[in-house]
Amino acid sequence: MEINHTSYKRCDVLSVKGRVDSATAPQLSDELNRLMENGRYRLVLDLANATFLSSAGLRTLLNTQKNCKRHNRGELVLASVPANILAALELSGFVPIFRIFDDVLSAVGNI
Amino acid sequence: MEIFNANPDFPKKTQTFPGVFSSLEKIAGFVCSVAADLGFDSSAVYSIETAVDEACSNIIEHAYGGEGRGMIEITCIIEEDQLKIIIHDTGQPFDLDRVPEPDFSTSLEDRPAHGLGIYIMRKWMDEVCFEFTANSGNYLTLVKKRIKR
Repeated sequence: MEINHTSYKRCDVLSVKGRVDSATAPQLSDELNRLMENGRYRLVLDLANATFLSSAGLRTLLNTQKNCKRHNRGELVLASVPANILAALELSGFVPIFRIFDDVLSAVGNI
Repeated sequence: MEIFNANPDFPKKTQTFPGVFSSLEKIAGFVCSVAADLGFDSSAVYSIETAVDEACSNIIEHAYGGEGRGMIEITCIIEEDQLKIIIHDTGQPFDLDRVPEPDFSTSLEDRPAHGLGIYIMRKWMDEVCFEFTANSGNYLTLVKKRIKR
């Protein structure tokens, strides 16, 4: 898995490439935690090039959203979610707790 | 001992992997390749990849209690109308039936972060069966049926 980070004035975008599983989810978690520790709570996760998301990845998303939304200080939104990963998010009851955008541009413009 | 009623006439492919998280990608490569060769569509292949990944992650984390403590043997049995995947480990028994289904009615703050993997495995596979034998360890059988065209 590779993670690319782009920082904007209002938000940060993390673009994930490859598999998010029990081997790689800790790396994603570390990146998200590093941003939050620096006071950055408006986060966009770009999944356009993500090929797989296991429950370890789902846990990372859930814990990040809990942290971001605490005290209404921000949120984690998802962008460019591939169909198979979207099916996993729907099955896991995640769709009501994450805003999902068709592309990064829309996500950055609306967060 | 024949505990799975596996017909010896059906072709099977077996690979063994070290019980470490870095094996997960290689395990996915193995089962996805078998499933794709059988004509499962992208969605079905992804569901098989997910179920096997969740099963193997659980084995490493719970049955073995950490990485590098045992092997994971995966056998794909290509039956007439379904793919049967048997995952074998020699760790502690981990009874999937004891894991409660996640409660999606709770608020974000109360939403539990665990239990999703087994829930997804059960929803996306047609059969999930766990068996423990005192002599040879744990066997998890996952079945995905082929949709007839």
